[in-house]
Order: sequence, then C-alpha cells, then structure tokens
Amino acid sequence: MSTTFLNRFGSRADYIGIAVLMTLIVVVLPLTVDIFRLNLIGKYLTYAFVAIGLVLCWGYGGILSLGQGVFFGLGGYCMAMFLKLEASTPEATKIQSTPGIPDFMDWNQLTELPWFWEPFHSFGFTLIAIILIPTLFAFVIGLAMFKRRVGGVYFAIITQAIAAIMTILIIGQQGYTGGVNGITDLRTLLGWDIRTDEAKYVLYFVNAALLLLVIQLSLFVRHSKLGRIMVAMRDKEDRIRFSGYSVANFKIFIFCFAAAVSAIGGAMFTLQVGFMSPSFVGIVPSIEMVIFAAVGGRLSILGAVYGALLVNFAKTSFSEAFPELWLFAMGALFIGVVLAFPNGLAGLYATHVVPFIRSFSARRGGLFDRSVTFGGRVEEGGAK
Amino acid sequence: MTAAKKEFVLAVEGLTVSFDGFKAVDDLSLYVDENEIRVIIGPNGAGKTTVLDLICGRTRASAGSIRFRGKELTKLKENQIVHAGVGRKFQNPSIYEELSVFENLEISYPRGRSVFGALMFQRDREVIERVEEIAEMIFLADHLHTSADLLSHGQKQWLEIGMLLIQDPELLMLDEPVAGMSVSERKQTAELLNKIIQNRSVIVIEHDMKFVEDIAHRVTVMHQGRILSEGSMEHVQSDPKVVEVYLGH
Amino acid sequence: MFDGYTMSELGSIFAMQGFAGLILFSVFVLMALGLAIIFGQMGVINMAHGEFMILGAYVTYLCSNLFSTYLPGLFDIYFFIAMVLSFIAAGALGMLVEWSLIRHLYKRPLDTLLATWGLSLILQQLYRSIFGAREVGVSLPDWLMGSYPLTETIEVPINGIFVMVLTVLITTAVYFLIFRSGWGRQVRAVTQNRIMSGAVGINTERVDRLTFGIGCGIAGIAGSAFTMIGSTGPTAGQLYIVDTFLVVVFGGAQSLFGTIASAFAISQSQSAMEFFLSGSMAKVLTLLTVVGILMLRPQGLFSLKIRR
Repeated sequence: MSTTFLNRFGSRADYIGIAVLMTLIVVVLPLTVDIFRLNLIGKYLTYAFVAIGLVLCWGYGGILSLGQGVFFGLGGYCMAMFLKLEASTPEATKIQSTPGIPDFMDWNQLTELPWFWEPFHSFGFTLIAIILIPTLFAFVIGLAMFKRRVGGVYFAIITQAIAAIMTILIIGQQGYTGGVNGITDLRTLLGWDIRTDEAKYVLYFVNAALLLLVIQLSLFVRHSKLGRIMVAMRDKEDRIRFSGYSVANFKIFIFCFAAAVSAIGGAMFTLQVGFMSPSFVGIVPSIEMVIFAAVGGRLSILGAVYGALLVNFAKTSFSEAFPELWLFAMGALFIGVVLAFPNGLAGLYATHVVPFIRSFSARRGGLFDRSVTFGGRVEEGGAK
Repeated sequence: MTAAKKEFVLAVEGLTVSFDGFKAVDDLSLYVDENEIRVIIGPNGAGKTTVLDLICGRTRASAGSIRFRGKELTKLKENQIVHAGVGRKFQNPSIYEELSVFENLEISYPRGRSVFGALMFQRDREVIERVEEIAEMIFLADHLHTSADLLSHGQKQWLEIGMLLIQDPELLMLDEPVAGMSVSERKQTAELLNKIIQNRSVIVIEHDMKFVEDIAHRVTVMHQGRILSEGSMEHVQSDPKVVEVYLGH
Repeated sequence: MFDGYTMSELGSIFAMQGFAGLILFSVFVLMALGLAIIFGQMGVINMAHGEFMILGAYVTYLCSNLFSTYLPGLFDIYFFIAMVLSFIAAGALGMLVEWSLIRHLYKRPLDTLLATWGLSLILQQLYRSIFGAREVGVSLPDWLMGSYPLTETIEVPINGIFVMVLTVLITTAVYFLIFRSGWGRQVRAVTQNRIMSGAVGINTERVDRLTFGIGCGIAGIAGSAFTMIGSTGPTAGQLYIVDTFLVVVFGGAQSLFGTIASAFAISQSQSAMEFFLSGSMAKVLTLLTVVGILMLRPQGLFSLKIRR
C-alpha cells in the first residue's frame, strides 16, 4: 500500500531517467571521447553537484542562494590543502627558505605552517572537513537568517555579499590561501599520481559514482514528506507554521544539504582539475551555477545534471570559437530561461517529449505506460 | 486568583498590540471555558482577526498575556503553539495548492514534525486510515488525489477545516468559516462545524447572525480593539452600546 | 594600528580619509538612490544597475571627446550637458528594459534578479564591443581641476566638492519628486495597492515604466559623477553593485533617509579603515559588519513596523 503511494510520484520514471543518464555518463561518453575531453566532462559534472543542491534549495525550497560557489570552493580548498601539503614534502621543497611548507607561503615570507593548515596532513580529517566545514558554515548563515525570517531577495543579496567577502578574503590573504592563483601544482593523493590519464579515468568514475549517490539521496529527500513540506512551504510559508512545522529548521536543513553536496563537487573538482582558485568562489561563478539549475529545470534533479553539462559544454565551445559572443549568449540564456522556459529542459521534456512517448507507447503498450518525466511533476507557473 | 485562572482553557489578559502607534487591540481580556463555543462579532476593523493572530502567534503582542491551559503563549513560536494544541483556520482558504488533498491532510497529521521526523516519515496504515476518515468527514473522500488547486472555493474551506481536524486541537479558532459559500455549501459546513466543535473549545469569528445564533454559547462584541459587550446572544443583541455601533453611524 | 602617528597627524589622516570617504559616499548615494527607488517602490532587484551607471559614464566620456574636438569654446560647461544626456540615455534604456523584460516578472522577484543579471552581462559585452576593453577617462575642464587647501596638511580636491554638491542637489530633487509631487504620490499609491490604484484611474503601467526609467536615469547621472573620480571600463559597474545593494538593504529599503545614512556609514568606515589596513581587508571588514548587522536586524536600520 505505502509503496504504491510513493510510486505515484513517478519514481519508476526517475529510475528510467537515472539509468539513461548513467548510461550516458559511464558508458557512452568514456567510449566516444578522448581522455582530455572526458576530464573536461568530469569537471562539468562537478558543477552538477552544485546544481542539484540548488534544485532542492531554490526550486523546491524557494531559497535562492547566490553564494553556492562559497561551499563549492570550501570543499575544493579543503581537498587542495591536503594535496598541497602532500606535494610540499621537505625534499620537494628544499630550495625554499623554509622547506616543508607550500611554495606560495614561502614566497609570502611565511616561516611556518599556519595552525589551520596543520590538521590537513590527515586524509581522514580532510574527508570529514570537506563535508563538515561547508555544512557548518551554511548552518551558521541559515541559523542567523532563517530564524529571523530573512528570505527571498534579501537572502539572495546577503549570500552574494558573502561570496564577495570570501573572494576578497582569499585573494587578500595570499600567504595563507595562495591568493588569486589559488592552490596549484597538486600532484599526488596518498602517493597516487592524479595527473596521469589512468588516474583521470579512475577519478571520472569515482565522480560519477558520487554523483549517483547524491542523486539518490536527493530523490529520497524529495520523495519524503520533507520534500512535500518544502513544496508547501514555498507557496504558503505562513501556513506551514500553523501545521506545526518550524519553517526555519526546514530551510536550514535544505540549505545545509545543498552546501554539503556542493562541497563534494568542489573536492572532486580539485582532484580532477588539479588546482583550486578563488575564481570558482565569487559572485560570477556562483550566479552561473544558478543558471545550470535553471537551464536543466529548477524542479528537476536529473535536469540539473544535463543543465550543468550543456551550459558548460556550450561555454567551452563558444569561448573557443567566438569569445565575444559568449557573454551575449550567457546573458540571453539568463533572460530566456526566466522569461520563456521557467522550467528549463525538464519542462520542455515534459511538455513536448512525454506526450510523444505516451502516444507511442499507447500504440505499443510497452515500457513507458506510466507518466515519464525526468523531473517529477512540473508545476505550471510554479516559478518563483 | 491563580486557581481561578486554571479553570479556563484560554485566559487572555490585558492584551494590547500597536502598529506604529495605532492600537489594533487595546487592553483586551477574554476567558474561554472548557468545551465552550465563543463567537466574536464586530464591525470591520474591530480587531477580531488580530486577536486570533495574537493567540496563534502570527502577530506578537505589545503587552498582556495569553495563557492556554496554564501555558504562556506570547513567548512561544507559531509551531510550538500548534503543538500546545491550538488550531487556526484562516479567513481566506489557506491550503497547499500544489499538493493533492491527501498530501494536504498528511502534512497536517501530527507526526514527524521535526526535520528528521519528516525525512523518515512513513505513510503507514495508521496515517492513511486517519486521512481517509477525515476526508470522509469533510465530503472530500472522492477527491483524495485531486490537486488542491482544482477544488471549488467551498471545498477548499472544508479541506482547511479537515487539516485542522487531523491535528485534533484542544482549542479551535475559525475565522469566518462560511464566508463566500453558496447556500448549500453553507448548510453542509454548518453541519460539519456542529460535528467538529464537540468536545473542544472553539473561538469563531462570523458575520452570519443566523449561524452565530445556532452555535454560540457566548458572544463577544468587539469594537475598535476593545470589548464592547459580552454574554448570551440575547443579552448582546439588547445591549444599547452594540445597537449604537451597528446601527448608529 | 595607530602606532607611530601623532595626534595631529591622525587628525589630518582622518580628515583626508573622511573626505575621500565622502566622495565614495556620493557615488554610493547616487547609485543607491536609483536602486532604492526601484527596489523600495517596485520591489524589483536590478542587477544591471551598475551597467546603467556605466552607460552614463560612457555618455559623459563621449561628450568630453565631442566638445574638446568640435566645441572647445563650450568645454567649460560640457559636464552639465553630459549629465542631462546621461540621465536621458540611461532613463530611456531603463524604460525600454521595463517594457521588454521587467513588467513580465513583477510577481517573481528572484527571477527578475536573474534576468537583470543576464541583461548586465549583455550590456557589459556591448560596452566592450563598442568602447573596447580598456578603461577610458574623461578630461575635466580647468575649473574642476586642482584642490583647495583647507589647512596646511589638509587639501580637498575641487572635483570632489563638485560631486558632493551634485549629490546633495539630486537627493533633494528625488526627495521632492517622491514625497512632494503628484507623480511621487502615484508611485507610492501603486506600491501600496496596485489594484486599487488602477481602479482609481492611475495608469499603473505608465507609473511603473517611469519609476524604473527615473531610477535608471539617476544611475546615469551617478555614472557622470563617477567619471570624475574613477576610470570607466565595461565591468566597472559590477564592482559597485554588491556594495550598493547592501547600502539599500542596510538602510531599510523604503527609507530615503536610511539609504543616505547607511551609504554614509559604509563609505566612511571603509575609507577610514583603508588607510590603516589593506584595501581588501577594509572592504572585508566593512562588508562583514554590514552582513552581521543585517543578520541581527534584517529589516534594515530604518523601517516601520506595519500591520500584516
């Protein structure tokens, strides 16, 4: 009885969607593109983590955060700090005036490792920190803002300010953070060289596995009663309090969840790309991450993955071919996705592809006899 | 004095709220007994809805106390007031339009109200049966899986009443429950209300005098944020101050 | 951080930094005024506001070039003409944007934010294509050059004084426009009850368009003023947008006085700290303080308690 109720939301459709996506990521792409391109796709997929977080937080929760780059960056920096320490052995850095500390610290006349770098010698600590530090940071922001019922555009602006503060801080404190260049020249993970083609393949698949895990977790959240409470809250925030729920706690949870997920993406970014810099933290990258979710469909978890892939693919090919046109295209994308396609690719899929499949399968009586949407229910005018 | 207070389900004393100097509710005191049905009437802008807002925590009081079963409500958050056993129906039907009738009722079901409770919430037999039972009562048994935005105005009102019922509150506050309904809906609603107001204390705001006469144990007349008159329907109707306010100007 | 300075030196430093802060204050106020009108009165977040300002700056730059080449005799007064043209250009673009974009999004503030961000990207690239990526500066007429010695150690630049006088004049004009004119009354009426305003015969669409246009026009004037204290580049506007939003929110969006007071507080603290800390840390500390205070008092410093 209870499982049929859960299936009403089309979780069967979700599983078909996941199967299609995973086939694409794990089978089709690795077989058809070279390792350089695959590594690039792996990089795009790390943004999908952020986009999925935004779908839950913005699409379902109605909380638009313009500072997701902060959490992506925090996750990425935690990983980068560990890798940098591993690369900065006293032997490898013996030409420095202070051997054994990262090179950029030496250039900035630091003579010992700052205290907050010390724990990043431990891989276990690093793994915990990747999740915990961004989540705690999100918790503090969420606690301060949501308990006081700051929401909507105010929240968006304040998270944007936080992204600005974070970038200025990282660039300004270059002795501790590597400054505008970020933390570069990362080599090995526990002695395993991450720069080889073989390592890039492995990391790509690890990334795909983590993405699958995050998609599953997110679907679980969305199909739980919490997911329905989020939808209810987005439309009638005032009313949900009188059904006995603490609005602030639910918002804090979903914001923290989005932060943790973004941080995993950030850590995988560092591993696959081999460096981390403030250019993935600030205002511009953070708002671009919103557009990944918007293009995919702000209510579609799987759509977010396609959104991140497509926008980044377009960005790379556009900036190679017509660098001047890219900003125009990006601007048009922001405007178009808001004005014309508020439900993004998932919305287009639901309105154009699904009826076609239905009429096809009605004739065949085949696999797709249930409503297949890769975004769950697409709400008309649900754009907020 | 404290012993006397305990007997009331709800004891409102010296309640005042001012918005930028304007006192919407001014030094108001109100006592509701166990199982009493109290109707608040009064002209527009008398502060009736604001009183309900204050009791359920939507608006914060500037001064005064609201004690519910000996518990001070003015310091609690909205959801804590709900947990204490106070339910509130709003003037305009306030339901979750993007969810189905079933989900609307399920969300109001008093279990799994914490974040992790909601995450782990199981839609088990107990929940389903209770939802179906309530849906039967509010005439929506055939519409369980209809999206709530497709319901008629009257059905939305019923759904909201159902969402309150499933919470099983000890104090029920209804803001104009029959407003904007057709004659037949109004009759059905009156029946429904008569069923659900048994065994609990109820505060109703209503303009429909016929309806008020039918259900009220006691009537409170508000005017300009203060209580003008209080007592039985006959007492209130014959009070010259009330006549003055309703017919005077 | 005050080590090594005598009291009189500290006094001069604070006076000079205070004056530098006043110029920053002027830019903040001019930027924030337009933003506050648009956000406070219409609830619209205009992420492209900085680009409207830069449009004004480019118009001023064009005027400066035109006058020095073709009308050198009138060069002394070109600035006033440039300001009027900046206002008209930014205002007209603003009305066009309202008509084509904003009016479809009044009920979706978060979407407006994203759409205007897209607009800002397009405008930036447009400026880059037309004027080039390099920053440009305007040449000032002689009477705006130089500085005025106040005491032996304190000098104030004349263009700074000019910008401040301008700010005071424009702020006064905006105050009268919103709180004393018939148009302002209509704007406030539409803000408070759109449907009712329509019912009593106010053309709400026209009011919206004009409000947005005037807000953007004021940004254009801000851009004109901006050319005197900084150089103009395609992305110069974006540098100010976060600060200006914080100014508006910090002051309480509905309050003109709040906007001015918070612009003053933010610019002065940033400028005063800048002398002793590095510029970036001064900015971090200022922004952190503002964000911290906003977390404690989200409705801003000056706002009314209203009945819901």
